[in-house]
Amino acid sequence: MIWGFLRDLLSGVNKYSTGIGRIWVAVVFIFRLLVYVAAAENIWKYEHDEFECNIKQPGCENVCFDHFFPVSHIRLWALQLIMVSTPSLLVVFHVAYRENREKHHNQKLYRSPGEIDGGLLCTYLISIILKTGFEVVFLVLFYKLYNGFKVPRLVTCDIRPCPSTVDCYISKPTEKMIFLYLLVATSCLCIVLNLSELSYLIFKYSIKCYLKRYIKKHQ
Amino acid sequence: MDWGALHTILGGVNKHSTSIGKIWLTVLFIFRIMILVVAAERVWGDEQDDFICNTLQPGCKNVCYDHFFPISHIRLWALQLIFVSTPALLVAMHVAYRRHEKKRQFRKGDQKCEYKDIEEIRKQRFRIEGSLWWTYTSSIFFRLVFEAVFMYAFYFMYDGFRMPRLMKCNAWPCPNTVDCFVSRPTEKTVFTIFMIAVSSICILLNVAELCYLLTKFFLRRSKKTGNSKHHPNHENKEETKQNEMNELISDSCQNTVIGFSS
Repeated sequence: MIWGFLRDLLSGVNKYSTGIGRIWVAVVFIFRLLVYVAAAENIWKYEHDEFECNIKQPGCENVCFDHFFPVSHIRLWALQLIMVSTPSLLVVFHVAYRENREKHHNQKLYRSPGEIDGGLLCTYLISIILKTGFEVVFLVLFYKLYNGFKVPRLVTCDIRPCPSTVDCYISKPTEKMIFLYLLVATSCLCIVLNLSELSYLIFKYSIKCYLKRYIKKHQ
Repeated sequence: MDWGALHTILGGVNKHSTSIGKIWLTVLFIFRIMILVVAAERVWGDEQDDFICNTLQPGCKNVCYDHFFPISHIRLWALQLIFVSTPALLVAMHVAYRRHEKKRQFRKGDQKCEYKDIEEIRKQRFRIEGSLWWTYTSSIFFRLVFEAVFMYAFYFMYDGFRMPRLMKCNAWPCPNTVDCFVSRPTEKTVFTIFMIAVSSICILLNVAELCYLLTKFFLRRSKKTGNSKHHPNHENKEETKQNEMNELISDSCQNTVIGFSS
């Protein structure tokens, strides 16, 4: 999986972020992306091969695995990383649009194309809301699909063609659970960072607006 | 996307480290990350496939493996390396923040004269002073804490640092006490001891760096109080100018930071 592209995207976004935004980028990059690539991927690598059912009936293992893991944890994790990083592209596109406009009109239209004000502020706020939304959606999806964030050692399965209720054993359940909790913890941290950034920006620009109006009144 | 990206980020921090900090970084990359990627991952690569239990009972092997290895050595080391490298980012963030402030100040002030001086001063050495000293010291402290916590967790989880050849398991659904054999126990023991030894060296380096910084801090303080008695105003002005120049170097030299620029 070419995660280098995501790394470059995050580096590009970093230029136009606030301080809290940069901390968010660092958290996503180091505690989520790097942990995923360096450690988590290998844990789930042979999950299907190592999933064992106490039966010789052909097809029973496949059917049971598919029943308990409709979408593998690791794939959901990857999707979450991609969806959560993508809203930042909106900001990059908007800045590029501003720079293009300045070139086209051959004059300075903005104080600085990368400065967060006016339309870019709206785009930035929308990207933060989308990021937070995706985080929450994926956490809820994880919770609903797997009945919480636990990974049991043993699951019982009685779907055709399994002849009776069969015991199936998941490989490395404890290790998977530890990394799932790490994923949830970093997701929650990112949600908190996004909400603080949102409040900070709204507060900052409300104060700015209010001061402008106050000065105008007195002039 | 791999450990190389971490190397790019930390490489930028390297410029602002002390000599001991640079040695620590080299030890981290060569004796820990490189060994992990090149050797250790191969040794632990087939750990579950070649973990064999003396039973045909399906599920017994999975359960016994999970019981004896709640989290694999290799994953624990990877997490340790990530957590131990992260405090250095505090320093990078602080430097980036200072650079941003200086840029803002110079936009208002007289820009051209200062830039000529900076070009010459860039070749001079950067010093860790003021609030950056506190950030740097806290980052070393956190590094130490993370190293110690992970080493203790390792010792606690695996009852020491030896990998036994044989483990006896009677977790359900194993029908009775079953013998389970670990793959490559000697090789794993050797690498475990090696990684623990390098961790200990890193802890020693961090402690040495901390002592060095504290000694420097107290010496500088005693010099300042000594100087202020003899030359109250002149020396302070010179020092503040030198401090400002040093901050400019740090800010202008830093080009990696959290930008992750390739």
